[in-house]
Amino acid sequence: MLSVENVSVHYGAIHALKGVSLQVHAGEIVALIGANGTGKSSLLRAISGLTPPSEGAIVFQGTHAIHRLPPHEIVGLGIAHVPEGRAIFANFTVEENLMAGAYLRHDRLEIAEDLEWIFGIFPRLKERRRQSAATLSGGEQQMLAISRALMGRPRLLLLDEPSLGLAPIIVQSIFKTIRQINAQGATILLVEQNAHMALHAAARGYVIQTGQIVMEGPSAELLASKRVRQFYLGET
Amino acid sequence: MELFLQQLLQGFKFGSIYALIALGYTMVYGVLRLINFAHGDVFMLGAMLSIFFARWTGWGTRPSWLALAGILALAMAACALIGALIERLAYRPLRNASRLSLLITAIGVSLFIENAGQLPGVFGATPRAFPSLVETRPWITWGTLTISNVEALVIGVSLALTGALHFFVQRTRIGLAMRAVAFDFRTASLMGIHVNRVIGWTFMLGSALAGAAGVLYGLSYPAIDPLSGFLPGIKAFVAAVLGGIGSIPGAFVGGIIIGEAETLTAGYLSSTYKDAIAFLILIVVLLVKPSGLLGRKVVEKV
Ligand SMILES: Nc1ncnc2c1ncn2[C@@H]1O[C@H](COP(=O)(O)OP(=O)(O)OP(=O)(O)O)[C@@H](O)[C@H]1O
Ligand SMILES: [Mg+2]
Repeated sequence: MLSVENVSVHYGAIHALKGVSLQVHAGEIVALIGANGTGKSSLLRAISGLTPPSEGAIVFQGTHAIHRLPPHEIVGLGIAHVPEGRAIFANFTVEENLMAGAYLRHDRLEIAEDLEWIFGIFPRLKERRRQSAATLSGGEQQMLAISRALMGRPRLLLLDEPSLGLAPIIVQSIFKTIRQINAQGATILLVEQNAHMALHAAARGYVIQTGQIVMEGPSAELLASKRVRQFYLGET
Repeated sequence: MELFLQQLLQGFKFGSIYALIALGYTMVYGVLRLINFAHGDVFMLGAMLSIFFARWTGWGTRPSWLALAGILALAMAACALIGALIERLAYRPLRNASRLSLLITAIGVSLFIENAGQLPGVFGATPRAFPSLVETRPWITWGTLTISNVEALVIGVSLALTGALHFFVQRTRIGLAMRAVAFDFRTASLMGIHVNRVIGWTFMLGSALAGAAGVLYGLSYPAIDPLSGFLPGIKAFVAAVLGGIGSIPGAFVGGIIIGEAETLTAGYLSSTYKDAIAFLILIVVLLVKPSGLLGRKVVEKV
């Protein structure tokens, strides 16, 4: 479904991604794990068009070369990016945030249905629908950011560290939701530092180090590997 | 007492015109964090072009409500186009430049319109007479207090347009996109919002309102020259800051306060100070409450 081919990203002189290749197949959850500053967010931003790659290609659904497109057109093809730090619209109500996610859609009735579907998954958001989004807790904001992306009915969902800064119990429920929306058909590329949670949710994974993919394979294999256990799961 | 009420009414009328101009300042500031100094000149163009529209259509010689509505529509459409053009040619190429470059460009656009307008082949420097599109007559009389049809019209049109804009921005899909862009370009683009297009719409809307203000102004001050936009533009800018820049209801309230303040100054102090009062208010606001009356705490965009 998504094929990242030999992608490089530069920020001025900084070479943040050095020829990264990665595949996501329809229906999968794929995890991308790595330590701070290794280029995880840069990769997601390259896919969604916020930071166009300096080299390489990104192909979506076999035919669309998306690495030259502006972000709003990439969204239109069905790729939703939940950025690191959530970036909810703090000046909007909860419901307006969700409607912003449905900006490109014109099917009013189905938008209303999806809103109810979201409220079914996150009853908290329903209770707070008319409240300013700035008043939500960190966990609720993360739920809102994911929900807002889902309102666009994306084919592919890019999640950047959804567990960041959240209490373990909230992380559990976020990951439960991620599996739930995957079961309902969304394909997910999940970026995490929390390798344990991410690899348990995903079928396959990639490990990134200083802008390069250093390992890849089924999650079970990665979880069993000595390197992952040492560096990312904190075992000795 | 009657005199005072008559003054208040007069102030409210001019205030409504400042309010309409202030809306454009506030909207553009909202999306670009730019004080669009050319906005007062777009207002002037609205008034100036109306003189020509009235001549070409012949509506200037046969005063009627329909003629007025027609000129209002033409002025708004023309200014919307001009606003879009200014954004496209002057501001869009600087989208990733510093805000200072943008500000200097805005001042440049303003100087260009004011000075090119004074060329003999363009509008010339001598004031042109604004046609009397409606005959002024008393509309309501209470004792000695009279509200004329023009006063009622100016206030009514500007209230209606402000209300419509508020509804548009708060309740429609495009309004939502404008508010999203005002919050953050990147996040807005991740919603599928075409940021540049939305910025263009914002300029068109704000400029159309300035065009309407130009016509309403012409009905009260029927002599228009290429510099006519300068003072009203600055006063409307002060109104936007006073109300809280970025806030639509704030722009309206700010406009009314400036209109009242200058009319009362002219009436009870001296008309010499009439144009200075806006600057005094600006200084006080910046010292006491820079976020304005209805403004939110200003969050810096990153
Ligand atoms: N806008 C930018 N300008 C300059 N350098 C940047 C920029 N964004 C990221 N970088 C650099 O690129 C490298 C990769 O950053 P990136 O944000 O992709 O890492 P990350 O893996 O997402 O890290 P984290 O886990 O901390 O979120 C880092 O060295 C970072 O400092
Ligand atoms: Mg990151």
